[in-house]
Parts: sequence; C-alpha cells; structure tokens
Amino acid sequence: MATRPLDAARIERANLWWRIGSLAPAIIILAALSIWPVFNLAYLSLADVDWVSGAAVVNFVGLQNFQELFTGEPVYWAGVRNTTVFAVCAVTLQMIFGFTMALAVRRASKLGRGLLTAIFLLPIVIPPIVIGAMWRLLLGRDFGMVNFLFSLVGLPQVDWLGDPRFALMSVIIVDVWHWTPFVFLLTLAGLESLDQEVFDAAKLDVKNRWQELRYITIPLMMPTILITLAFRMILSFKVFDEIYLLTGGGPGTATEVINFSINRVFFAQDRVGMGSAMSLVTIAGVAGMIVFANTVVRRRRKLRAEA
Amino acid sequence: MSARQKLGGMGGNLLAWGYALIILGPMVWILSNSFKRQIDILMGTTIAPITLANYHQIINSRQSHFLWNLWNSAIVSVVSTLLVLIIATVAAFTLARLQPPRWVSFILLGWALVFHMLPTLTFVGSWYVMFTEVGLHGTYTALILAQVVQGLPMALFLMIGFVMNIPKELVQAARLDGCTYPQVFRHLILPLSLGGMAAAGALTFISAWSDFAVALNLSNKDTMTAPVAIATFAQEHQILYGQMAAASMLSMLPALAFIMFGQRFVVRGLLAGAVK
Repeated sequence: MATRPLDAARIERANLWWRIGSLAPAIIILAALSIWPVFNLAYLSLADVDWVSGAAVVNFVGLQNFQELFTGEPVYWAGVRNTTVFAVCAVTLQMIFGFTMALAVRRASKLGRGLLTAIFLLPIVIPPIVIGAMWRLLLGRDFGMVNFLFSLVGLPQVDWLGDPRFALMSVIIVDVWHWTPFVFLLTLAGLESLDQEVFDAAKLDVKNRWQELRYITIPLMMPTILITLAFRMILSFKVFDEIYLLTGGGPGTATEVINFSINRVFFAQDRVGMGSAMSLVTIAGVAGMIVFANTVVRRRRKLRAEA
Repeated sequence: MSARQKLGGMGGNLLAWGYALIILGPMVWILSNSFKRQIDILMGTTIAPITLANYHQIINSRQSHFLWNLWNSAIVSVVSTLLVLIIATVAAFTLARLQPPRWVSFILLGWALVFHMLPTLTFVGSWYVMFTEVGLHGTYTALILAQVVQGLPMALFLMIGFVMNIPKELVQAARLDGCTYPQVFRHLILPLSLGGMAAAGALTFISAWSDFAVALNLSNKDTMTAPVAIATFAQEHQILYGQMAAASMLSMLPALAFIMFGQRFVVRGLLAGAVK
C-alpha cells in the first residue's frame, strides 16, 4: 500500500516518539535507582554521615572508611569468608544432586510428572523468609523435628543452629534443600531438549551407560551446566532472608554473611559511610565475578564455534 | 524398552519422589504446627489438639495486624508487577525488533544483567538515604519503586526472548501496510506476547511478594509487608512459633495459587529466565 507524503511524515514522527518513549521509562528507572545509587554510595563512602532531623549531614573524611574496612572490620571479612564457603559448598551439592536426579528421571515414565513438577516448584516460589521460619522450627534444639528423628534412631541431639561448629553447615543444608529442585528442573529441561538422534547414533560406540554419560551427555550438557553453576553461584551471594531467621548471623560470626554486615552497619549501627564502603567493595567483587563468568562462557562459545 | 531400562526408570522415579517427600515433609510439619498451641510445639507433641488460636491471634489480636501486612504486600507486589510488565514489554519490542543504537542496548542490557545479580542489600542503604531525603521513606511509593527496579531486569530479558519468538516478517508486513510502531505494538506484539507477559508477570509477582531485604529497611509500621511481619514473630521476647507458622502458611497462599493455576507460566518463566 502506498502512503502519501503527509502520512509518511506522520508515521515517521510517531515512530520516532515510540523509539524514545518505549525505552525511556526503563532507562530512567535503572539510571535513577540502580546507577545513581552506585555514585551515591561512592560519595557517601568518603564521608561520615549524621542524621539531623531526617536530613543527612555529610562530613568528608576521605578514604578513612576504606582504610578502616580493610584493617579494622573483621566481621565483614568473616562474612566474605562464610559467604564464599556457603556459595561453593551449597552450589556444588545442589548441582550434583539436581543433575543426578535429572539424569535418573529423564528416561523414567512421565506418569505424575505434573504433580512432581508442582512439588519441586514449591521451595522456589514460596517466600525465603518462610523457609527460614520453617527450618528454624525443624532444626530447633529441644523440640525440632530433626532432633526428634535423631532421637528415634539413637543419634545424639545436635544444636544445629546454636553450635558454631554446625551452624554454617545447617545453613548450607537448608540452602541445598531450597535450590536443588531449581537445578533439577533446569537440567531436566536441558536434557530433554537434547537431540535423541545423537544418542541413537552413538549406541554402537558406547559400551555402557557410564561411557554414554561421560562422552556424550555431559559434553552436550556442558553449556547448561556451566550457566546454571555460574548463575547459582553469583545469586547465592544474595543470601540474606533465610539466615536472618535461622541464625541471625550467629553464633558469634559463624554464619555471618556479607549482607548481614552491610545491613547491620547501615541500619543498626547507623554508620552510613562504612556501610557504603562495604556495599561498594561488595559490588566491585561480585561485578568482577560476573564479568569473569561471562568471559569464560563467551570464550568457550568462541572456541566451540572455531572447532 | 528392555527390562533393565525399565528398572532404571523406576529407580529414577523413586529418587525423585523421595526428594519430593523431603520437600513436602517440612511443609506439612509447619502446617501442623500452625494448628498447635505453643505449649504443644515446645513439648514436641506430634499429635496435639487442633486449635485455630494462632490464626485467630495473628489476625485479630491488638499486637498483630497480619491481614494488614498481607494487604501491604499485595499492594506493593501487584502495582510493581503491573509497572514492570508495561515498562519491560514496550522496551522489549524496541530492543528486540527496532534496532536501537548498539551502544544503547549494550549498556542497558549489560547493566541490567549485572544489577540483577548484585546483592540487593548493597543498594538498600543508598535507597534508604535517597528516599529519606525526599521524604518517601516508609511509603508505598518507595517500596514499589524499589520492587520495580529489582524486577525490571528479569522481566526485560524474558520479554525480549518472547518478542524475539514473534516472526520478523509479521512486523515487516505490518510496517509495509502503513502501521506506525505504536500500532504494530498494539495490534501485533501485545496480543502475541500475552503468554510471555503472564510468565514474566508470575515471576515478578513472586519475587516482589517474597521480598524481605528491601521491606525490612524501607517500610514503616503502617506499610510493613508480610515477610517482615513474620520475622518480627521470631524477635518477640519469646519466639511465637505457632503464630510464625500460621503467618508463614498465609503468606504461602499466592505461591500455591500460582502453582495450581499457572504452573506452566511459572515453569516457562523460570527456565527462560535462567538460561538467559
């Protein structure tokens, strides 16, 4: 259909407006509430902030907050250590359990698969704070279900959340319970999307299921595995809600995680400058991990494309 | 299928259903606790008289306004989900099909990805300072804005994926017919991406409903959301286990509704979102 010149100009104008107007809200929201805060944090991290009747009074102290953070804030660094241990242990276990289950279920009958998916979705969609509340009841020392079950089979009673030797482990177990279903659903979807013909063609070459797994399934699944791993690992640095209810970071600093330090310094201790410095250092660290993971995935893809 | 494979298949199912029981066990346990008296919970009585006192207390007592907390959660999550969906869908059409300048999409999407993965709490402090300075601390507006910026990246990636699935040729044909971009969006993209919007909306709602880190620090007594209220049950002088369990059950209801009535949208959103 031919358009008259006048119409063409009108269309051009409408199109230009659309191009600008459709992206503007997203850009404004992200700029105002995610990019600006980074600059704001940088500014506040150089200062000592007092609150005088709801307004912030900012006194500049230079790099003092950073100096203090790197020399005099052992709690934050305990948090960094715990968060790293937490992320590595929890995610490794989730990957192993989730992928193994997906492998086992792949060839099983699909009877009841809908119900199974529904159950596996439960921990993913209910609020994490509820999971914290739930496991706090289960892991209680004197009346928790877990210790009750232990007593039935004659195992010793354990103070899961109150004993510094077990607290971090308990938190990791809860996280594994929480996120294994996610890895399962993801890797199962990945497995089911693999081309069945490859397996049929390889039937003559592989001697057993183990060889099939080692030389066909895992290499084909590698992209999914790597992305899930990186994704879960980085996201587990977000952990806060469950631990807030389970242990509150204690006993001592046994389950202190980075987010706890930031929350405490910012809001309980009202040390805005130090909180900002901690936030900035954390943002830099996690952003570094994201860029690193991204580069690795890209390089693999490029190598694959060249091969 | 050989007998051996069948056996293997059964073992696989057994494993998965076993794990399903491990998931359900704690849920059933907390459900049963919500109907127990505090004393029965503390004594570890498995079979105890059923009582509705916990529900009664969190809803009707003078110290707790849990229905109000649920209402706050509902307002914040519904409004922020709607906003996120609108903003993300119009932006997704432009980003996926209208070739904006490379650097615009590169910076926008790159930062959205990084921001999505950064710990929320690294931003809450700054939001707190910003919102307090403009007098928005403790308001719905502050909570909703924080949820919108948190939900936007995921919704953006999901919607771009879904819009990409709409054949390019359809858009081109509509353009040749003299449609403007807004018209293409309204008559073509919008109707065809409703399914995707349902998936993105489900995920956005779930994460907004679950949010604790933001609401803990940005809400006040009047705008306190359900997760923050649950946490306060644990911080009373004596932990109110029964009420904590009852409140947990109530705040799980939307998630259960999503699983029952919108499972395929949730699954679709989760899978698409994670692979991106």
